[in-house]
Amino acid sequence: MLVGYQSWAFPKNPMILSTAVIGGPMEGRGPLADDFDLLHSDLRMQQKSWEQAERMLLDETCAKAIEKAGLSKDNITFFIAGDLMNQIISSSFAARTLSMPYLGIFGACSTSMEGLALASLMIDADSALYVMTGTVSHNAAAEKHYRYPTEYGAQKPPTAQWTVTAGGAAIIAANDGSGNHPVVTRATVGRVVDMGLTDPFNMGAAMAPAAFDTLVSHFRDFDLPYDYYDLIITGDLGKVGHRILLDLCEQHDVPIPRDRFADAGMMVYGDIPDVWSGGSGCGCSASVAYGYVQRRLREGSLKRVLMVATGALLSPISYQQKDTIPCIAHAAAMERIEGSQSS
Amino acid sequence: MANQKLKKATPTMQKYQQFAKAREPARPILRNLTVAFVVGGLICVLGQAIQDLFIHVFGFSQKDAGNPTVAVLIALTAMATGLGVFDKFARWAGAGTAVPVTGFANSMVSAAMEYRTEGFVLGVAGNMFKLAGSVIVWGVVSAFFIALIRTLLVIGR
Repeated sequence: MLVGYQSWAFPKNPMILSTAVIGGPMEGRGPLADDFDLLHSDLRMQQKSWEQAERMLLDETCAKAIEKAGLSKDNITFFIAGDLMNQIISSSFAARTLSMPYLGIFGACSTSMEGLALASLMIDADSALYVMTGTVSHNAAAEKHYRYPTEYGAQKPPTAQWTVTAGGAAIIAANDGSGNHPVVTRATVGRVVDMGLTDPFNMGAAMAPAAFDTLVSHFRDFDLPYDYYDLIITGDLGKVGHRILLDLCEQHDVPIPRDRFADAGMMVYGDIPDVWSGGSGCGCSASVAYGYVQRRLREGSLKRVLMVATGALLSPISYQQKDTIPCIAHAAAMERIEGSQSS
Repeated sequence: MANQKLKKATPTMQKYQQFAKAREPARPILRNLTVAFVVGGLICVLGQAIQDLFIHVFGFSQKDAGNPTVAVLIALTAMATGLGVFDKFARWAGAGTAVPVTGFANSMVSAAMEYRTEGFVLGVAGNMFKLAGSVIVWGVVSAFFIALIRTLLVIGR
């Protein structure tokens, strides 16, 4: 149901039946290691190439989500996925393995919430029984695709970010009224915002205005009090972008309490110094949303969480041609409603 | 180019760019320069030691010892790259390892390793010079012009 200019409300409270998150070695060193279902110690994951490793990671994550939901893959009506590779091969090849009706999406690192919003919309409109949405990113595959060969020694500036090796998947279903599962209540589709930044090693600063735009739109469309959410997690802005976002809120008089903000890029690696400004990649917001947040919603330590996943929509060609970096952010609200009844 | 972009940017964009710039952590330039100077210097010392080895132990002339010295440094870098330690060291050392022949060797070996998955012809051979190619092309072009200037100066004399 359209609310305001660019948001959807989900009055039937589609529920997150299950989620799965699988990570790599670096993620195992971070503070969120316990929130992963499985961690690989080998970055190559016994595959022949980085691309195959990424694909396998998504395959595995989807299989885990289906297993945790107690379903079989024939039960899933639609599969919505995206990733960072050219022609989103990881998602399409995973869809081949799963052989489900499939919609491929691209939102760069915002893919997780784009997928979750679309999946919830389908369920809320009774257009599907179960929708699985997933995304994946792999550090070495992204380095190869966007930057340098993985073994090339380059010194990066402190604004650079470390692509997360992780797959995240969620299965959305109609609310059964039990109140046992977190629900998706709202979503805001972001606009592409480009403030003219060109440095691919500083995507936090490029994406922060997109996150701000979506955030403001979300609160405007739903007319929510600014302290409605227990936690607002932005995608992968990292330390640099997170600081800019907080200052933007202050400058534009958006009184969201500062302690309610967190950033997936900062959460996933904590204080590991090798990651510069923090984590990034599709797997970053996906692993935080489907791992950390889901676990805490299910435990009850968090009740209302707004996830604002940000994406930098650049390509290796566009930045070589000196184009600026267009950015986007999609928001989805996940809540725990005790004994919720589907209306 | 950068100026053109700045002219095209709206006042809001320019304001934000300054806003963001003020919140970026500065590159640790002094640290990077110091480390690059020391590490680059040490690599040169190592090169000199290898060259002396060739001169005094294997009886090369000073001129002839240059090529095997470079080959040894390249081989060492290739091995370190293959073992996965060079990138970690280079990330710390920066230009210290990038400027000497070690940086050139690393750029070729890392590209060759990375594209091995695409096969020997289209992968390794086609991408080996992906990073090193620009160094070779502009090295040859600038060498040509320097040689041209020198020749003209010699003729003019």
